[in-house]
Amino acid sequence: MKRREFLKGTLASSALVTVGGLSLSSFTTAPDIKKITILHTNDVHSHIDPFPATDPKNPNMGGVARRASLIQEIRKENPNVLLLDAGDIFQGTPYFNYYGGELEFKLMSMLQYDLATMGNHDFDNGIDGFYAQLPHAKFDFVSANYDFKNTVLNDIVKPYKIFEKDGIKIGVFGLGVELQGLVDKKLYKETIYNDPVETATEMTRILKHEKKCDLVICLSHIGFKYNNEPERICDILLARRTKDIDLIIGGHTHTFLSKPVIEKNLEGKEVLINQVGCYGINLGRIDFYFDANKTKSHSGRSIVV
Amino acid sequence: MTKLRKYNRILTSIIVLTGIFLSVSCTTQKYYNTKIEGKQIGVTNVYPDVKSIEDYVAPYRNHINQELDHVLAYCPETLDKSKGTWQTTIGNLLADATIEMGNPIFQSREKKNIDICLLNHGGIRAPLPKGDVTTRTAFEIMPFENSLIIVALKGAQIREMAEYILKERKPHPLSGLKIVADKNTLSIKSLTVNGKPLQEDQVYYVATSDYLSNGGDSMNFFKKGIQSYDMDYKLRNLLIDYFKKVDTIPVITTERIILE
Repeated sequence: MKRREFLKGTLASSALVTVGGLSLSSFTTAPDIKKITILHTNDVHSHIDPFPATDPKNPNMGGVARRASLIQEIRKENPNVLLLDAGDIFQGTPYFNYYGGELEFKLMSMLQYDLATMGNHDFDNGIDGFYAQLPHAKFDFVSANYDFKNTVLNDIVKPYKIFEKDGIKIGVFGLGVELQGLVDKKLYKETIYNDPVETATEMTRILKHEKKCDLVICLSHIGFKYNNEPERICDILLARRTKDIDLIIGGHTHTFLSKPVIEKNLEGKEVLINQVGCYGINLGRIDFYFDANKTKSHSGRSIVV
Repeated sequence: MTKLRKYNRILTSIIVLTGIFLSVSCTTQKYYNTKIEGKQIGVTNVYPDVKSIEDYVAPYRNHINQELDHVLAYCPETLDKSKGTWQTTIGNLLADATIEMGNPIFQSREKKNIDICLLNHGGIRAPLPKGDVTTRTAFEIMPFENSLIIVALKGAQIREMAEYILKERKPHPLSGLKIVADKNTLSIKSLTVNGKPLQEDQVYYVATSDYLSNGGDSMNFFKKGIQSYDMDYKLRNLLIDYFKKVDTIPVITTERIILE
């Protein structure tokens, strides 16, 4: 109960900050162009320290304290930032084995993460182990296709969350990977997995049409693509089989992309998919520009990757 | 005090003005997404550490390092999983230690004895190096959160297990079961469990990991188990407890799979 009140408090204060930032940017820069910056990580797997200089694969890469300064730099350039994580925050270094995810959540809160979705490894200490660490997270979790109604996460992990930055409404919903066969049932308990495409169809209807969001983002932990299982649902197939999603931020498959991928959705419109490998080695950055000039906007939007 | 009040009044009017400006802009202007730019930024050491974050992590890191570097035992020679065709010194150690540490728990809970232990070669993630053995060593050998499961299997499934091992040609950690096979055809000549010939209808209690008991690494015979007992004991913790118990790590070379 206390946690909910606390969350309400931070929401109110962040809303105020947004108003301040908005008026400032509206007056100082061209008033009819707005810029929203989405920053994202996935599969950080408790990698808090950078890889040592001697690491054969990723020498001197990653580290939370460095990621923090990179994010600070971007926030100075544009205060209208959403910082997201696509799951598997837990498991991979002794920090998790010793502290159960406490430090991961505390640091993400210090970096001012806005939202995350749940990966399969976030169940590694059981759904109760995840729940026990939630007081350390000053950000929320979303998952639309995990039905938590008969678990401790009922009403705590919501399907989606709507943010407003500089007057632009951004709806973010979460999608998780099938748990059966991947995670022991005694860990995920009564969590029910629902079909990602059906769930995404419902979410986009709500976010785009009912809630009138300007941007719809899917925070996904279903995996980028499965070459050996071409029919298995993944971010690529999700993009093709849905509509009204602007951006899919992926995770699970630890996919390193040289640049974000563009797919066509059901209506032939472009969907951007991005995933940034794993272990906090990279930070993804997607900038959305909004223009009040109608004649210009009719010519469609350009995507630069 | 009056100054502050004045300041507050100005602030309030700014907020109100901003609100008016906002509502005006929202009702008159509709914004369209015209451009998207996407890229990936490498988190390299060109970005300096944020000191407050680094300072926050330091005590956690120091505590973990102290614990991980705590010396538990001594290892007289390097035990490496790549040294050996049908058995390795590290595999023998892990399988024997699992029975040694797991059996007292199984006995006290179920009044039964573990007959056999089978783990997987792929699950050994690092060698046990010569010298001081620390908690970190256990984390490196077993980074996964696998726990100890005892599966009740009929003799027929123990035979399937032996066939699987011979077909796989991997030195999976094995204890309690002795397989004698033809050196040319790899067909089974005899199977003994703790010195006694295998009985097809007898129930044997096999210690393994939860991962393998669910059919991991295609060990499908585990899925034919009559019953399974979750010991709620992580294999890594079992190994740490074993290191604490022994002063010097034994180098175990007894053969479990014999070709003749």
